[in-house]
Amino acid sequence: MSRAFTPKVVTANALIEGDVVYLTADDRWTRDHAEAELIEDEAHAQLRLLRADRQRDIVVGAYLADARQGAGGPEPVHFREAFRTRGPSNYPHGKQEAGHV
Amino acid sequence: MYKYSDFDEAFVRQRNAQFRQQVERRVSGALTEEEFRPLRLMNGLYLQLHAYMLRVAIPYGTLSSAQMRQLALIAERWDKGYGHFTTRQNIQFNWPKLTDVPDMLDALGDVGMHAIQTSGNTIRNVTADHFAGAAADEIEDPRPTAELIRQWSTDHPEFQFLPRKFKIGVTGSPNDRAVTRSHDIGLRIVRGSGGRTGYEVLVGGGLGRTPMVAQVIRPFLKKADLLPYLEAIVSTYNLMGRRDNKYKARIKITVFENGMEKFRDAVDARFEQVKREFTGVDPAILAKIEHSFAPPAFRSAPGGGYETARKADPVFRAWTETNLVEHRAPGHAIVTVSLKAHGATPGDASAAQMRLLADLADKYSHGELRISHEQNVVLPHVHKSDLWALHAALKTQGLATANIGLVSDIIACPGMDYCALATARSIPIAQGIATHFKAIGLEEEIGALKIKISGCINACGHHHVGHIGILGLDRAGVENYQITLGGDHTENLTLGERAGPGFAYDEVVPAIERLLRAYLALRDDKAETFLEAYRRLGAEPFKAALYPAEAARDAA
Repeated sequence: MSRAFTPKVVTANALIEGDVVYLTADDRWTRDHAEAELIEDEAHAQLRLLRADRQRDIVVGAYLADARQGAGGPEPVHFREAFRTRGPSNYPHGKQEAGHV
Repeated sequence: MYKYSDFDEAFVRQRNAQFRQQVERRVSGALTEEEFRPLRLMNGLYLQLHAYMLRVAIPYGTLSSAQMRQLALIAERWDKGYGHFTTRQNIQFNWPKLTDVPDMLDALGDVGMHAIQTSGNTIRNVTADHFAGAAADEIEDPRPTAELIRQWSTDHPEFQFLPRKFKIGVTGSPNDRAVTRSHDIGLRIVRGSGGRTGYEVLVGGGLGRTPMVAQVIRPFLKKADLLPYLEAIVSTYNLMGRRDNKYKARIKITVFENGMEKFRDAVDARFEQVKREFTGVDPAILAKIEHSFAPPAFRSAPGGGYETARKADPVFRAWTETNLVEHRAPGHAIVTVSLKAHGATPGDASAAQMRLLADLADKYSHGELRISHEQNVVLPHVHKSDLWALHAALKTQGLATANIGLVSDIIACPGMDYCALATARSIPIAQGIATHFKAIGLEEEIGALKIKISGCINACGHHHVGHIGILGLDRAGVENYQITLGGDHTENLTLGERAGPGFAYDEVVPAIERLLRAYLALRDDKAETFLEAYRRLGAEPFKAALYPAEAARDAA
């Protein structure tokens, strides 16, 4: 039996601002992790990543990050991804400043 | 101070114009990220966790007041109103937009600064003793040497694609404040027989994944031979260094795997060839550079109430006891301005703080500032009669913290609050330690101590050479911190030893407190520092303090 697939979101950095973005089910890039498409199928995840990779004028460095379903939408699993949803812990800068969290 | 020649100026302007076009082509889609990435890195532009980051070189850590003012303007106009001074004497801006970076680079060019070779597998910004040209214990100012190396290494056609990055540090004092033994090449200005100065050349040092202490490759090098000899070392490494494995590509591994003898022989053979190609223009250039680093006209004046002020004001007195170092000129002091106010981010300065520092440099320090690898700002030439007024002015922007060399004067890399490579956070650990020891009132009692924190194995926070080193790792998806003990960053460079298993994020501050309370109980007297006590007693009593449960079990 193959290992169960951990659900994923597609994430990247915006080309101009550099801030963290997520791919939505309707093909937008959102700053809000909860709006991301939670991908539960490995083959679909690869297709979505390819789609992100083709948008090189909008984003940089797309990759698949582990996520899980939360009360308000997808949530990050790893602490690194949790920090990426907010911004640094020493100043209220980044997404927390923009009111996305 | 060195001022850009027409050649420097034209070169930087041309590079900036090229980069502006490269950014335009990236935004239009004409360049892919794969094509653009090496171009932006050549100009110091990284993509970090939450944003781009621009790393600006501060050659040998020396800034003029005009340059500091321009950094403040850049921070305010294109960033979020602050900058981060790094352990390689650079400044990093954490929030630039890609499309603003060409304007930022032009603004830097206006004051003779740039971000070239602050990234990539090239010779990086040359670092030096932050007390250069001011320290009483100095044989010679290391900055003319560092400036000569900057000119030689900038855009050096042979050394743009080395196996890995390459760092050079220079000290002109036997008391090494530039951590030369942790550099790919360390240069120590020494006095040879007959009193002439030259260089002791060290090679193969480095921290990171495989920390190594640099070894002497040449005990005495004539000054005139500096550039051909450096060229020989770097070109030997360029050929002999490994390119098959990124983690074995630094010169420390080249020297280690081949042995110093074989490496030295190869360098010597290359040196014989290279020497003939140098026509002697470099010593002439060095002499010219030395002239531009001539010391300012120090004034000869009475102390002007300095001692009286010290007696009258305990806050001022405490600051003079920690933040001043002896100056070579009578009646003067070297002032270290702490960027480590308790709870602040180590190395960060706001635009308002930078402007105040620039103004105070003009008023009291001949227009000069330095950035130390310990992430503080130095006003190198202050007359003692001005210290009282200087201290009062520093207070207005929260810059008068009296903690240099104490438990809260912590080196910390940006860690996972900013850095894409980090495996854990560093900054909040530093903030937690600093505020805790202030709250429990033990800072002065503990005395001289170097805590250094890195948020990953690459060791930007120099954790290996901290008296107490803290390394943040990712252990199964949780932040975990390893503690090393007994490191030393000076001319007696020593790598700390790992104390044992790592600690969870919120266990670090209590662990450091147990460790330091054990030190207070174990030391002979107040004069014995943490490092001295550790050397006298060995690791065991300190490990027992860190791991009380294990110690109790062993004792049972």
